[in-house]
Amino acid sequence: MTTRANSPLERRSQLREPLGRHRRMLEIRRTEDSIKELFSSGLIAGSTHTCQGQEAVSVGIASVIRSTDLVSCTYRGHGHALALGIEPVSVIAEILGRRGGTTGGVGGSMHLSSKEVGLMPTTAIIGAGIPIAAGVAWAAQLSGSEDVAIAVFGDGASNIGAFHEGINLAAVWKLPVVFICENNLYGEYSRIDSTTAVENIADRATAYGIPGVVVDGQEILAVMESVTEAVSRARRGEGPSLLEMKTYRYAGHSRSDPAMYRPAGELDQWLERDPIALHAEILIRDSRATAGELELMEAEVAASVERAVQEAQESAIAEVADMFAHIDAGMGP
Amino acid sequence: MRQAIAAAIADEMAADERVVLIGEDVAEAEGVFKTSEGLLERFGPDRVRDTPISEMGFVGLAVGVAASGYRPIVEIMFGEFMGVALDQLSTQAAKMRYLSRGEFISPIVVRMSVGPGLGFGAQHSQTLESWFVNTPGLKVVEPSGAKSAYGLLRAAIRDDDPVVFLEPRILYGERENVDFSQHHEYAIGRALTVAHGSDVTVVAAGQTVPIAVAAAGTTAVSAEVIDLGSISPWDADAVAASVERTGRLVIVEANPYSGGWGAAIVAEISSRCFGNLKAPAHRITCPDIPVPYAAPLEARYVPTPESVAEQLEFLVSTGVLPEQWWKKEMR
Repeated sequence: MTTRANSPLERRSQLREPLGRHRRMLEIRRTEDSIKELFSSGLIAGSTHTCQGQEAVSVGIASVIRSTDLVSCTYRGHGHALALGIEPVSVIAEILGRRGGTTGGVGGSMHLSSKEVGLMPTTAIIGAGIPIAAGVAWAAQLSGSEDVAIAVFGDGASNIGAFHEGINLAAVWKLPVVFICENNLYGEYSRIDSTTAVENIADRATAYGIPGVVVDGQEILAVMESVTEAVSRARRGEGPSLLEMKTYRYAGHSRSDPAMYRPAGELDQWLERDPIALHAEILIRDSRATAGELELMEAEVAASVERAVQEAQESAIAEVADMFAHIDAGMGP
Repeated sequence: MRQAIAAAIADEMAADERVVLIGEDVAEAEGVFKTSEGLLERFGPDRVRDTPISEMGFVGLAVGVAASGYRPIVEIMFGEFMGVALDQLSTQAAKMRYLSRGEFISPIVVRMSVGPGLGFGAQHSQTLESWFVNTPGLKVVEPSGAKSAYGLLRAAIRDDDPVVFLEPRILYGERENVDFSQHHEYAIGRALTVAHGSDVTVVAAGQTVPIAVAAAGTTAVSAEVIDLGSISPWDADAVAASVERTGRLVIVEANPYSGGWGAAIVAEISSRCFGNLKAPAHRITCPDIPVPYAAPLEARYVPTPESVAEQLEFLVSTGVLPEQWWKKEMR
């Protein structure tokens, strides 16, 4: 991989500006579309879980937390990786099994990781990151740092034991962690009302004695505001919060899922509340950009993602020796 | 042995402030088996903490705190409780280094009491090595008494990767003089020869070590007993060197026959020492049944020094594989 002017941390700082956030949401959308295309053309094995429609959540979180705050995240993690600052070429290279990928090609779509930006290895086990984030928060509490831990998971994770155990433990120990549920209405292929008896997952916070907040996950400003408040609370030593981001994934659960189980018209309704379009309206209303400038931005992002795809495809494939590295401390790279 | 465990934890906690201990009733109650006696008082509630009954939650907590630079020791009261937390150990901790190119690591020791012999019944009595040995990234260590518990636990806490530390519950009350300065004799992956002999190599681990040593002391044959100390990685060189001299290999395990840890040792040594073997390699194990409760049944379930001695004599004198008792008697 060549050295770039835009380091992951510089990319992170670009989220301070509304236009930087907008650009990042566009980049996630375009990268996910490209990944889907790469799968369709048979260039990638296994499975992938894309997040088109959920961009305001990942970019909103990354905009307000520090790079020393660690994030545990599920396998639907490409958007979070990009939002936190990892470059598209590294994400795409990982998914293509290339040495230049975030995990050197041994991880794949479900396992992206970068300590520099605070992303722990994304996990393919539903809910597993919830107690892990509590542990990260315990480390912050023990060391007296002001860092917080962020656990990102889906609505499906709210019905697994790790959710209950991790949140209860964090609440009892008053750990500085924010639990963020991306409720996209479907756990795998099942609609939430067929698997979950409460309307709002945030309501479950009551059971742990912590704040629970329902947030419009399509409005990046609402996401930022809620995360800012929960993170501040955690940094003040007042313990965890549970935020429920109401959102929607435009694609199916994974690349093999055409999402035929969704009622007719549902996708169209959510497309009317597209997070990128909603944010564009705000930028234009506030005179931060014109519609023409945003179109230009979209074209620039599409071209840069195109270049990233090209570069990733041309990069070196992981070598046999790579899969023997990092098994334990005795086996270096 | 319980005091040796508490001493090893105390010495590592004193040497390294990143070492912390969590588990059910490890702090105020000092562990249900008293393996953390005095630790709360000495190191305080930040570093010695009671958890809710949430193994999945607190093993996951250990994964997170370890990824952030601490060195947690997790106590699982009975080994079977690990069943509800296996994801965090086998799928998260064991793969943390691999899936982050070494940027996040899991220096965690998961201690658990294991093994039959005390009447705890089918769900509190297994040794469970096989739950862990097939997972690359995990080390599996099993002490056989106070000395090895002290030495191996210190080594486990200093290890930069997740270590499963299986404490044979039946040995907690056993006494042995421990020279604390000698703990460097023990290392993960290093076996120790605890009885010397020339007719047969007997490999044991955990609670089968005293059984094998007792058998070696009473049998007419000259048995060399190797205390494996760690099941994964295991010291193939030490076992092979012994078998090359004795020409015979017997494993003594306190787990069911099928899939028991000894199977891998028989396979490796049978291949490696093929030309040296004077008799087929033999495994003395428990039958493929859950651990029974009634005392006479449980006593029969675990290999005894007498049955081991008898089988060693039969194998050495005839060169024929002894038949498993349950096959002979339960026909």
